[in-house]
Amino acid sequence: MTRDRLLKLLLIGTLGGFFSGLFGVGGGTVIVPLLIFWLAFGEREATGTSLAAIVLIAAYGAIDQAIYGNVNPGYAALVGVPALAGVVTGAAVQQRIPERAVSLLFAVLLVATAAELIF
Amino acid sequence: MEYVAAGALGFLGGMLGGLVGVGGGVLFVPALVIFLDQAQVKAEATSLLAIVFVAALGAYRQYGYGNVRVRDGLVMGAMGVIGVAGGVAIANTVSGRTLELMFAALCLMIAAQLVRRVLKASRPAATDRAPGPP
Repeated sequence: MTRDRLLKLLLIGTLGGFFSGLFGVGGGTVIVPLLIFWLAFGEREATGTSLAAIVLIAAYGAIDQAIYGNVNPGYAALVGVPALAGVVTGAAVQQRIPERAVSLLFAVLLVATAAELIF
Repeated sequence: MEYVAAGALGFLGGMLGGLVGVGGGVLFVPALVIFLDQAQVKAEATSLLAIVFVAALGAYRQYGYGNVRVRDGLVMGAMGVIGVAGGVAIANTVSGRTLELMFAALCLMIAAQLVRRVLKASRPAATDRAPGPP
C-alpha cells in the first residue's frame, strides 16, 4: 500500500467515524463517495468495503455511547432485528424493483423525517 | 403500536440499506426519536448498536459477492476510532434541539444526494437499452 493511499484511507476512516459518532449513522454517506472519488473504487466495492469499516466504527461508537449511559439494548433489538430481515428482503427483491423509484421514495421519506424533527 | 411502527421503520432501514447503500441508521434514529420518545442523543447511541449487527450482515453478504477490500476496510475502521470519539463527544455536548436540527439537515442532505443520483442515472439511459437476456 502506497503512503498516499494509506493516508487517504486513514482520512476517510476518520471523517466517516466523526460523522458516525456525531449522527448515530453508519457513515457510509461520507465513506462511499470518498472511496469512489479519491481512490477510484467501483460503486459496489465502495459500498462493500464501507460496510466492513462501519462494523468497527459503529462498534466503537456504541461502546463510547454506552460509557455515557445512552445505549438502550432492548430498543436496539427492536429496530435492529427487523432491519436484519429488511437487509435479506432488500437483497431478494433487488432485481425486481426499479432502483430509481426506491431512491426517490427514500428521498421523500427523509424529507418527511426532517420536517417531523424540525417542527 | 409505537413498537410496531419503530420495528417497521427498522425493517425499511435495513431494506433500503441493502438496496441503495445508505439507510440503516438514518432511519433508526428517527424511529427511536419519533415513535419511542427517545432523546436525540440516546436514539443515536442505540442506533449505533443496531448498526453493528446490520452492517456485519451486509458486509458478510458483500464479501460473498467479492465486493469487500478487507484490508482497506480494516484500515479505515481502525482509524475511525478517533473520529468516532470526537463525534460522540460533540453529540453529548450540544443541546438535544441543536443535535435534532443537525440531524434534520443530514436527512435533507442525503435526500438531495439520492435525487442527484437518480437524475445522473437517468441521463445516459438511452445507452443502457442494450437487449437483455430473454
